[in-house]
Amino acid sequence: MDIQLKRGLLDICVLAAIRSEDSYGYKIIKDMKPYIELSESTLYTILKRLETAKMLTVRTAEHDGRLRKYYHITDEGLTRIDEFKSDWQEILSIYRFVTKEDDGDE
Amino acid sequence: MNKQEFLMQLRKGLSGLPKEDIDERLTFYSEMIDDRMEDGISEETAVCEIGPASELVSQIIADIPLGKLVKEKITPKKKLKAWEIVLIALGSPIWLSLLIAAFAVIFSLYVVLWSVIIVLWAAFASFVACGLAGVAAGVYFAVGGIGLTGIAMMGAGIVCAGLSVFMFFGCKTATKGILNLTKKLAIWIKNCFIKKEEA
Repeated sequence: MDIQLKRGLLDICVLAAIRSEDSYGYKIIKDMKPYIELSESTLYTILKRLETAKMLTVRTAEHDGRLRKYYHITDEGLTRIDEFKSDWQEILSIYRFVTKEDDGDE
Repeated sequence: MNKQEFLMQLRKGLSGLPKEDIDERLTFYSEMIDDRMEDGISEETAVCEIGPASELVSQIIADIPLGKLVKEKITPKKKLKAWEIVLIALGSPIWLSLLIAAFAVIFSLYVVLWSVIIVLWAAFASFVACGLAGVAAGVYFAVGGIGLTGIAMMGAGIVCAGLSVFMFFGCKTATKGILNLTKKLAIWIKNCFIKKEEA
């Protein structure tokens, strides 16, 4: 996939991965794996960026005698997902325009 | 490689970054390895899956703005003593000019690389122009009754146009290569700020 396109999608995917419940790094990567590949260092950069943009908050909690960071989506983060959904409608209509010729029978 | 060795390599590679940055990243990767091991993956494999530390380091450095690295490097670790400040002020004619020279060298490296790109495309543009002008002049001469000169001009024009087509692909590849080179240059400059710390 085009790198620029993937970069934009990854932010949304990470937000989606923590939408229903707070999640942690390894689980985010595992949950996303069937859909989109993501390396640890990329995830780190994305989480940092989303935190700076106030789309998620971080808390540290104890797990099995060690510390683990949990990421929680904020209202801004939820808004971002909604924006993506409405953007997607536009992209879909562009896609239909792009592939119109391919159908041949129109 | 076990987790401890991996984290140590990473810390060594990142020395030169702000301390909080290093600690935060190490905590992040340490958690990643722990979670993998909890998932039933062996320590060795878990570390392997994260990827070689050296690769991570160069990726991380490429992502960090140069300004941050420089700032970390030049910010004194402890408060300066009065005589140190005096020395710095007195020495400013020397270190300031050296600093300016260093930046000038880096700047000129970029200028040189960019001028190569500009020269290549200028040559390409002139071939295109010659091609067009040659054909136009050829037609002009031929119509004007100087047939042989006209044909020669047109031939030269077409040769130029043909060369320009080859040149276009050459220029494109060269531009790509040079842009890659500038990226490498940037990473190299950043590395200068990091490597020193290890010594």
